[in-house]
Amino acid sequence: MISLSILEAGLVNGLLTGGVYALIALGLTLIYGVLHIVNFAHGSLLMVAMFGGWMLVEWAHLDPYAALPLMIVVMFAIGWGLYAGVIGRISGGDDRRILLATLGVAIVLDNLALVLFTGDTRTIETPYQFAVIEAGPLLLSVPKLISFGVAIVLALLLWAFMARTDMGRAIRAVAREPDGARLVGIRPGRIFALAYGIGIACLGAAACLLLPTFYVSPQVGNVFVLTAFTIVVLGGMGSFPGAVVGGLLIGVTESLGGLFLGESLGPIGISLVFILVLLFRPTGLFRAAR
Amino acid sequence: MTFRPTTRRSTLAAGAAAIAGLAMPTVLRAEPAAIKIGLIHPVTGPLAFSGNQCRIGGQMAITDVNAAGGIKTMGGAKLEALLGDSQLKPELAASLVDQFAEAGAAGFTGCYASSLGLAATQAAAKYGLPFSIDSGVADSLTTRGLANTFRLFPSATVCVNGAVDELAGLNKAAGGPVKTAVLVHENSEFGTTTAATLKEKLPAIGIKVLDVMPHATPTRDFTNVVLRIKEQKPDLVIISNYLNEYVLLIRTLKQQRVPSGIFSVFGGGFSLKFAKEQNDISEDVLDFNNWQNPKAPTTAAFRKRLDAAGVATTYEVFFGYYAVKLLADAFGRAGTADKAQVVPALGASTFYPDMLPYNPTKFVNGQNQGAQGVGLQVQHADVKVVWPDQFADAKAIFPRPKG
Repeated sequence: MISLSILEAGLVNGLLTGGVYALIALGLTLIYGVLHIVNFAHGSLLMVAMFGGWMLVEWAHLDPYAALPLMIVVMFAIGWGLYAGVIGRISGGDDRRILLATLGVAIVLDNLALVLFTGDTRTIETPYQFAVIEAGPLLLSVPKLISFGVAIVLALLLWAFMARTDMGRAIRAVAREPDGARLVGIRPGRIFALAYGIGIACLGAAACLLLPTFYVSPQVGNVFVLTAFTIVVLGGMGSFPGAVVGGLLIGVTESLGGLFLGESLGPIGISLVFILVLLFRPTGLFRAAR
Repeated sequence: MTFRPTTRRSTLAAGAAAIAGLAMPTVLRAEPAAIKIGLIHPVTGPLAFSGNQCRIGGQMAITDVNAAGGIKTMGGAKLEALLGDSQLKPELAASLVDQFAEAGAAGFTGCYASSLGLAATQAAAKYGLPFSIDSGVADSLTTRGLANTFRLFPSATVCVNGAVDELAGLNKAAGGPVKTAVLVHENSEFGTTTAATLKEKLPAIGIKVLDVMPHATPTRDFTNVVLRIKEQKPDLVIISNYLNEYVLLIRTLKQQRVPSGIFSVFGGGFSLKFAKEQNDISEDVLDFNNWQNPKAPTTAAFRKRLDAAGVATTYEVFFGYYAVKLLADAFGRAGTADKAQVVPALGASTFYPDMLPYNPTKFVNGQNQGAQGVGLQVQHADVKVVWPDQFADAKAIFPRPKG
């Protein structure tokens, strides 16, 4: 029998873990949800960002949170460069070729990491990695609370950027009607590269927020990427509030599923919620900004 | 044209050259063909780190054998590695055996994971080629009646029984402070069978199993598992899982301030690196696992060699190393690479892996009866052997100090 205090703790823990999922899904909802690029490289780029953060912490002795702005810039540049130099060129706008291009990028990045860093698992040490806030019987992890907060702030910023800025409007215009956008003077290639860069920059933030509580290895991206795709579809393609709510819902479902069904069977809960939501709201929980 | 008179020196030089010239073809003819050994491991994919460690060990053994003059009874024949990456795909491991058999492999070592080993040893059995398992603990690897398959290292049952013996011994010596335990294990063959055996045997040594908690690989968050452990207040948490989940679970136990002792059986993340780099969570953690013999005179030099090459000291390197050495020893005693003579030579082998904490080697149905795991503990950021006494280089701290 599960006690009430465990249930409460499971719920809170699910929300905090969901915050981390939301962070990873935020970038993907822009790339997959708005631009409709099936970005198979999303997990691999998260891994690149985590190794980048790890190197800044271990070699440059930066705090992971201090490395966050730098990693956002670095990952933006990598994302922009990848789209402009590789994915955009190979795909020529054809969806199937985009899919293959991102898959190719993922394979290259995964194996490059294996050569450079071996398959070993790495972690960082920070003075606050075991820090907790005591809330009654609950011990809330400080790094998880921080990543939860940043996920909310980042979602608001991205939503405001897409809804309120010319650049955001341009991205949405290109995604919906590239020919029309071109007629009004928008250059779709540049806008796609910019949006892809922003999506990947989100991974820079996610990586630095994950580092204090998680490990880094060449396979680490695979741990999150399928969940991120699920969250994007569940939350509504291209919706930033959807990504956050979807992330939290998946986090809580996983957590309570684990408590009631055990950690082996628990993940079934995610699939059940996913099917139920899509049955009743085929477009996801939220409608994207159009 | 300049005439150069014949001198004693030039005559000697010409004579020496002639002898050398005559001797040369003989030397070339005497160079025996290299003996090819297939090294099959998962060097990419989720098990890449451990697979690579096995491969590195195997390559080191080949270097050592060749540097020592090759297989002497075969005219100094050199060993040659055929390297295969099986990823985590049993069918690929089997296909690599076929490819290497075609390329003239005289034997195989591999494959780190039991699932890969099961497929590869079966494929090698088709050809009757000897297979020296370097890592892979499933009992079935040597209980299926494959005459070509040999394991110098311990099986899962041997290790789990050893772990229970260690726990019984430590607990008795400490006055029986551990009365309850919770088992946490990954939910594939390895973790499930280990936990099932522990659950069956622990009550007999006076330890009640309060709960058994399986988890998937990968698992992203262990907070729920730890909350349930915390509520049950066990004296000991016993873990059997792989590297990443091992580290995440122990970190979460620390974060949620669970005071229970930690004991693992085949703890995937238990290593020197874990002891040194994560000492805030690793200190006092007990593990029953494969390890080297700290008292063996050659172990320290081998570890230095690994350090110099930037290779982590893990048991997989030693296993990869000795799996090849076992084959090389059989080639040497058989005086041939012919499988018909090498397989019986392996069966009769008494080859002793001197850097491992084993009893004398004796093969029964392909399994070395002298192989065993040892009890380990992180003490002062180092891994110490604490069980059995015969190989121990430190005394176990048991139970775990509070706070």
